[in-house]
Amino acid sequence: MENLALIAQVQGYTAIALGLIIGLGAIGACIGIGIMGSKFLEAAARQPELIPTLQGRMFLLAGLIDAAFLIGVALAMFFAFANPLLARFG
Amino acid sequence: MSAAEHAAVAGPANSTEYITHHLTHFSVGEGFWTWNIDTIFMSVLLGLVTIALFYSASRKATSGVPGKWQAFVEMVVEFVDNSVKEVFHLDRRFLAPLALTIFVWVFLMNAMDLLPLDLPGKIAGLFGIHYWRVVPTADLNTTFAMSLTVFVVVIYFAVKAKGAGGYAHELFTAPFGPNPLLWIPNFFLNLVEILSKPISLAMRLFGNMYAGELVFMLIALLGASWAGFTIASQVSMAGHVLMGAAWAIFHILIITLQAFIFMVLTIVYSAMATEHH
Repeated sequence: MENLALIAQVQGYTAIALGLIIGLGAIGACIGIGIMGSKFLEAAARQPELIPTLQGRMFLLAGLIDAAFLIGVALAMFFAFANPLLARFG
Repeated sequence: MSAAEHAAVAGPANSTEYITHHLTHFSVGEGFWTWNIDTIFMSVLLGLVTIALFYSASRKATSGVPGKWQAFVEMVVEFVDNSVKEVFHLDRRFLAPLALTIFVWVFLMNAMDLLPLDLPGKIAGLFGIHYWRVVPTADLNTTFAMSLTVFVVVIYFAVKAKGAGGYAHELFTAPFGPNPLLWIPNFFLNLVEILSKPISLAMRLFGNMYAGELVFMLIALLGASWAGFTIASQVSMAGHVLMGAAWAIFHILIITLQAFIFMVLTIVYSAMATEHH
């Protein structure tokens, strides 16, 4: 019975941590993508002839910006389904 | 019989078991010497597929009107060659083929994510294997193997461009200056810079593919909750089909983008290594 309470506590804290990992990561990634997208549109409006060059770089950077967030999501998912912190309780 | 083995034989009992089952590698050995057979098999197989595809194009290549396949391969080769040319200004006879290999190979490995989720496991099940993870790049071992290989190539380019002495000299004097007092901070900063490259390269690809795989699994669970023609079942089945299609389409972008990023960063790191300070 005591074990059950401990497990519930670990699970509760893990759930909060998952929310923070995904939520904070999403905030960062969205702000990053938003700033980059707006700059890209600005640049494209000023110099439309640069669009092909800029587009490739924009996608490259979009992937880079998203990466940290997706690593966070992967980590969070891992903790959601195979929580190593719970393994101690058997 | 443990719970995991039970799931392997009789099918998963609940959603957690389903996902844990799908995240288990078919491996032999223990501890440090664990070999993930599924990862090794799939990556080697896809490497051979890459070679075979390009070999067939080069066999049938003509200087006359190219066929569709030849035109496509030429497009890919030209695209990669241009990406290298833009950034890397030395002799690119080694780097361009490497970049092409990375791009096509990583793309094919990522594309395994688009196979129906349970199909590879079922096929492996025919041979008596109960675990089969089909996406090699969703395994940290693959991505780190690739990024460490790139790391060796980058150091090779640095030594080739500056000489072993020149490279060592740069490691100790680069950002702040040649004053002996600054050698240790310089070296420490360079060490962080050097080590962060392979780690971020590997983690980026792994994180993207692992998260993508998991989202596919979560979507599959929607359909797995089917319990006859009730309204709840039909709604979740509709969600399964719609979200599965949406995520698969979005994932086509992600797998191409990640293969492209891995290639471009290889080129950029190599180009940075050859620059003199």
